[in-house]
Amino acid sequence: MLQGIRAFFAERDVLEVDTPVLSAAAITEPHLQSFYTRYLDQRYFLHTSPEFFMKRLLASGSGDIYQICKVFRDDEQGRHHNPEFSMLEWYRLGFDHHRLMDEMEQLLKQLADISFSKIHWHAVTRLSYQQAFIAAMGIDPLAANAGDLKQAAQQQGIEIPQGMNEDDKNMWLDWLMTQKIAPSFSKTGFTFLFDYPASQAALARVSKNDPRVAHRFEVFFGELELANGFYELTNAAEQRQRFETENMLRSQRGLKAVPIDENLLAALESGLPDCAGVAIGLDRLLMVLLGEIHISEVIGFSVDKV
Amino acid sequence: MASYSTNEFRGGLKILLDGDPCSITENELVKPGKGQAFNRVKLRNLKTGRVLEKTFKSGESVEAADVMDQDMEFSYSDGEFWYFMDPNTFEQIGAPESAVADVVLLLKPQEQCTVTLWDGVPLAVSLPNFVELQVAQTDPGLKGDTAQGATKPATLETGAIVKVPLFIEEGEMLKIDTRTSEYVSRVKE
Repeated sequence: MLQGIRAFFAERDVLEVDTPVLSAAAITEPHLQSFYTRYLDQRYFLHTSPEFFMKRLLASGSGDIYQICKVFRDDEQGRHHNPEFSMLEWYRLGFDHHRLMDEMEQLLKQLADISFSKIHWHAVTRLSYQQAFIAAMGIDPLAANAGDLKQAAQQQGIEIPQGMNEDDKNMWLDWLMTQKIAPSFSKTGFTFLFDYPASQAALARVSKNDPRVAHRFEVFFGELELANGFYELTNAAEQRQRFETENMLRSQRGLKAVPIDENLLAALESGLPDCAGVAIGLDRLLMVLLGEIHISEVIGFSVDKV
Repeated sequence: MASYSTNEFRGGLKILLDGDPCSITENELVKPGKGQAFNRVKLRNLKTGRVLEKTFKSGESVEAADVMDQDMEFSYSDGEFWYFMDPNTFEQIGAPESAVADVVLLLKPQEQCTVTLWDGVPLAVSLPNFVELQVAQTDPGLKGDTAQGATKPATLETGAIVKVPLFIEEGEMLKIDTRTSEYVSRVKE
């Protein structure tokens, strides 16, 4: 699989890079927890993805780049999670998220044709976040408020988790995504879901035509999430504001605020070229190709064996 | 009151749910990539034995149930309570019928049992996988009826009725599998 990936990018003149695992700054997203360690009395974080360093390379003129590396996420273990896992991340200058999805589809097709693959390729389904909610639940995720989503969940007999913040719209969207939307996707093929609500933009730019959505996409096989991509936000001020908002959210939830990556913001200020980027979990991709249902089947030594 | 966070959830953990002690049998992380994580758990209600599923927002705390298993010896029953003795302290505790219902027909004095205590009160009693019990009553096997696998009912000293081979006689000691309440073999004197 790795050979196939490297050949794919070599053909397209995308440069393989290698960036540090340790960083003095961390990701602020409230749902991602970084491991950390110490060096010379200062705290350093293990990256949850190589995104920030790769964007610094892009801003300094690297051109198209990709990386295959190990990333680390605390508190994540289960059938589909291991705290240390392999990631492929790449960036393409001048692409928007639709062109990057085209390229993702080409890569997946090429990998699905590898000799050991057990999947039969059929065309990827592409639909917007809004279309997916309307098709699976008959509700418009952009127009609905938290109360509407709760009502729809109750009407459709969806369990309401203990501890649900009932007025948190994003929490409802996340819950319905796992319970109703993702399970409605093709069981035997890939689904690309794009244009997430702006409240879940992460590092994607918000649409110029419809400010309710951001140009973020995800890749699923069945209901298993494999990849997340952005038509990248290049505006440093907006990025700073999102980091600060997320750090505030972290504090509200009793999590530690983390140091904001000033180097990344400086790189954005100096000018990140117009680009799109995506990261795909390689262990899960291998699970899909081999038809395995537990991630520990494709990891030599999962965390319970280290 | 002690409590557990969802990230401590694992099989065998005992928590309180709607006031009932439950044991976690499965815990699965449900997490959209950049979104809120949830824990979907399967639990067994230790009072009713029922299995249920429930989902918690990750990071939630739930009250721990003070449930422990203790090896105890059955002493006697007064019809209302079944009394078990702690072999170390010789202390006796009475278990209500609900706690012994599953095992009462195979329970005889001096049997070593595992008693599940919740806040010190017996919740359930389990027997070793095999017990030895005497046949209290069984009809004589019919002469000549040697068909393979032919069985007859026998009443054991504890009241259970089990199917036994035709050659078993009253007064014999039998080995019984408590998980299935089935005859295993004769016990050699």
